[in-house]
Amino acid sequence: MPETVISAQNLDLTFETNDGPVHALKNIDLDIREGEFVSLIGPSGCGKTTLLRVIADLEKPTGGRMTINGMTPEQARLARAYGYVFQQAALLPWRTIEDNVALPLEVMGVDKATRTQRIRSNLDLVNLSGFEKKFPWQLSGGMQQRASIARALAVEPQMLLMDEPFGALDEIVRDHLNEQLLKLWAKTKKTVVFVTHSIPEAVFLSTRIVVMSPRPGRIHEIIDCDLGYDRPLDIRETPEFLKIAHQVREGLKAGHSYDE
Amino acid sequence: MMGASFVKDRLFPVMTILLAILAIWYVAAYSMNAPFQRDFDRRAGETRTGTEFFMATMSQPKPTMPAPHQVAENLWKNTLTVKPWSKRSLVYHSWVTLSATLLGFAMGTALGVVIAIGIVHVPALDRSFLPWIIASQTIPILAVAPMIIVLLSAIGVTGLLPKALISTYLSFFPVAVGMVKGLRSPDVLHLDLMRTYSASRAQTLWKLRLPASMPFFFASMKVAIAASLIGAIVGELPTGAVAGIGSKLLAGSYYSQTVDIFAALIAGSIVAILLVSLVDLVGRLVNARMGAKTP
Repeated sequence: MPETVISAQNLDLTFETNDGPVHALKNIDLDIREGEFVSLIGPSGCGKTTLLRVIADLEKPTGGRMTINGMTPEQARLARAYGYVFQQAALLPWRTIEDNVALPLEVMGVDKATRTQRIRSNLDLVNLSGFEKKFPWQLSGGMQQRASIARALAVEPQMLLMDEPFGALDEIVRDHLNEQLLKLWAKTKKTVVFVTHSIPEAVFLSTRIVVMSPRPGRIHEIIDCDLGYDRPLDIRETPEFLKIAHQVREGLKAGHSYDE
Repeated sequence: MMGASFVKDRLFPVMTILLAILAIWYVAAYSMNAPFQRDFDRRAGETRTGTEFFMATMSQPKPTMPAPHQVAENLWKNTLTVKPWSKRSLVYHSWVTLSATLLGFAMGTALGVVIAIGIVHVPALDRSFLPWIIASQTIPILAVAPMIIVLLSAIGVTGLLPKALISTYLSFFPVAVGMVKGLRSPDVLHLDLMRTYSASRAQTLWKLRLPASMPFFFASMKVAIAASLIGAIVGELPTGAVAGIGSKLLAGSYYSQTVDIFAALIAGSIVAILLVSLVDLVGRLVNARMGAKTP
């Protein structure tokens, strides 16, 4: 059994807003082991992004315990344990693609030779070789998002935290990037935590799917999704795939029903 | 960019306005100089035809309102027919003012940026400093300038520096205000991104806040450099009229040399246009280097 890298125990997070407290996360218990691809899925307001941000130390929990490799999220962030991919590519518009990939490496004080090598290998990995000198606006949305994945990978983190990275892209580009991400995961064996609201995307990519429900944000069900490392796009038409997708859909419905 | 569209899009509108200004100016010159000319002619017992009378209003030695061609002639004479370093040359006086302007602008810009960085990073400064900065600009500079000049000369500081300090006083403000906005312009997403890298505040400043603030920086520098020029000219008024555009203005008003005053004003405007254009040009170059989406 691989080691547990992310562990949440009885995690709570309440935001104080002008309209009173908002219970974003309640009683979250979750263990993620090394090399897993875990998707967090649920309707908006279920706290899936918030949970990812707590792992990344972008939000502080108001109760419970969260450990990353046995450290607090802040220690893990300072130890640069993860790469984070946002909903938008968030490339700096005044930097070329290669300079954007170099940004985290510059911040972390990586020497120039290593930087050059990592820029090349990671842009190659996301099929962006030849676009090094382009500025972000010269690239399509899908290419920008791929560049941002290369940027997250360039720091060679143990885990990747991805917050609906393909949410703003069209279906065709999304399929393509899903396939690429899966290959990347199979190749690098990194731990991935992936936020999405697309059932097929979650089933296609994950080893486990965490179904969340809103108000207060909590885990409704955790569904195993063992389709192996090698998943061609056609796997989405197989009975196994459809069965898991159905299970996720039922979970989402059940989690949602006593709300509306 | 050049050629037909340049003539049509840039030159034509500018020339139209210029011609309109000249027309209004001539009308104003005639109507303001006519009473004096009428009075003068009556005492001299002179009778003139309408055209002769008009020509006379256009060529008075000390007109109430000098005509454009008189100003142009004065400008021509005092820039191109005399040595640039002679005391009569407007080039010399412009240079004196320009050097104070540039020194003051450099100090003001540096001060403005430092204040903005402080305000963005230290919440206490944000609350305590900004009201004072705004208050500093409500004091009329004409009242403060002589005091600064006199106080500094009392402790032995004279010449370029006092004038430059008045320029600094006027120019730090737009830079400070613009840069506070500019340094705060990166969106939350980019700030979160830097946080996931555990970037220090200095790194976030260098790699995110400062590059993001560049458009704001150049916009505020355009205002600041024009303010610097005004500061330098105002600073020259109480210095006993030694040199500079301000001293030319003062000397002109002492001796009712209205043509000199106007020529000095035009010289000042030309310096202002050159300075603002220069800042604009540098801004464009920087923008292009930073991959702006322009053809």
